Amino acid sequence: MSKTSSGTLYRGHEGMWSWVGHRVTGVVIFLYLLVHVLDTALVRVDANAYNAVISTYQTPWMALGETGLVAAILFHAFNGLRLILVDFWKQGTKYQRQMLWGVMILWVVVFAGFAIRHLSLAFGGH
Amino acid sequence: MSVTIPAPRSQRIDPKYKRGPKSRGSFEMLAWLFMRLSGVALIVLIFGHLISNLIVGDGINAISFGFVAGKWADPIWQFWDLAMLWLAMLHGTNGVRTIINDYAEKHSTRAWLKGILYVATIFIVVLGTLVIFTFDPCVAGSTLPQC
Repeated sequence: MSKTSSGTLYRGHEGMWSWVGHRVTGVVIFLYLLVHVLDTALVRVDANAYNAVISTYQTPWMALGETGLVAAILFHAFNGLRLILVDFWKQGTKYQRQMLWGVMILWVVVFAGFAIRHLSLAFGGH
Repeated sequence: MSVTIPAPRSQRIDPKYKRGPKSRGSFEMLAWLFMRLSGVALIVLIFGHLISNLIVGDGINAISFGFVAGKWADPIWQFWDLAMLWLAMLHGTNGVRTIINDYAEKHSTRAWLKGILYVATIFIVVLGTLVIFTFDPCVAGSTLPQC
């Protein structure tokens, strides 16, 4: 990064990286959503076809992918609430950095809970 | 002593600042507001979806055609999934539209990318809506007891 940009409020700091993270997770979630509507649409075609596709979602490798997807959803959700506070709360811009740490702590806690539950179900075998 | 520099300061205007004519009224403000309102609704809808499908009971192992049929026998879950489909697709489409506007410099590239995006959005929203409203528990291959 150039020396002249180091003094700006935004570039290279928490605000920029949360913006990058919001975009990347948003695109990932949107692409999954397109696929997810298509796979669910199989319930209208054939019950066995739907079950066959859903059973691939129940394999350990896909469970890891689902865990990553939920990680993206949780970050996008909590950071989205932070964005709303930045826009609508009078002190929002002043505390945006502290709120990002709040987002990260909340993200770690909720994601850990989800990952333990989901991976133990997926790897537990049925 | 201050120096007055006449505008424009340079003859060359970077292409990213020379975009198509804009007279969109309050559309962008409404889109901005929609992202915030739908975002809050989607947190409730998607968290509920994840809890009911992945957390409770046997989680992902319980999902099957019968599981979907059981959920959509309840009009509340039909409405839940319909609202989630529409809000998530519009929220995601507007997000990707913003990203295209940011990164595609050429007017024709932006128009093409957004055209593809809108066709995909309409297709997915119409397909998903039809699937929810025309769901048949006795479709081909169904082994549900009522069939």
